Amino acid sequence: MAVKLVFLGKLADLAGVDERDVEAPLDWQGLLDELQGPIGDAVQQDRTRIALNGEVLADKSALHANSGDEVALLPPVSGG
Amino acid sequence: MARDVRLLTQPFSPGQFVGPFTNAHPGLGGVCTFVGEVRSDDAVEALELIHYEKMTLKGMEELADKAIERFGLMGLLVVHRSGVMHVGEPIVLVSAAARHRREAIEAVDYTMDHLKSDSWFWKREKRADGWHWIEPREQDHSDLARWASPEFNAFDLNQGGGLRIKAIPTSQNWR
Repeated sequence: MAVKLVFLGKLADLAGVDERDVEAPLDWQGLLDELQGPIGDAVQQDRTRIALNGEVLADKSALHANSGDEVALLPPVSGG
Repeated sequence: MARDVRLLTQPFSPGQFVGPFTNAHPGLGGVCTFVGEVRSDDAVEALELIHYEKMTLKGMEELADKAIERFGLMGLLVVHRSGVMHVGEPIVLVSAAARHRREAIEAVDYTMDHLKSDSWFWKREKRADGWHWIEPREQDHSDLARWASPEFNAFDLNQGGGLRIKAIPTSQNWR
């Protein structure tokens, strides 16, 4: 199985898809290698958070996702 | 039913929820209800809210639990839309039942401020030239600051002389 990447808000526009699978395991460097260009720049911004299986990571560079995990890329919320 | 939190993807009528919610809390002293709708704006054709399945509803439930505890509520109802909406459609409904009115009123204000700025929703507007993502507003963060650590301010007041009163953020003074 793979790691599922989920792109929320405007990050889905930058990625061109809502979600896609990448090879497991996946760490922070591996994520940056997968996301080149504007989406890669956006993910590196401080305001962009990362959640692993629904839990926000305090330090996104400590990401370590295994097969079957879901990694969500979260831009700042714009309010309900 | 102390806590009733729902995330809906279809239009809803607030009345269908408020009636049963009120009836479920016999002995209450007050119910306060707020309904937020899509505001009329000539340039905006539609509004879309995006949520994230694994986090949005869970976050709303945690917020509701905090509000129930903080204001000692008998019950709290939170209904929030996701998906594409048009002018006049309800986006959010918050209803609080309490023994006394102030707890109910403040709990709704607290819950709305946190839904607006601290919940996992992303918003975009459709205009003539297409969809535009809405960025967070500074106002949302100052709204949130109103609810930050009142204990700290009370402590500050008690420890210091008159001058220390200046340390209280003006955002707390609305009370």
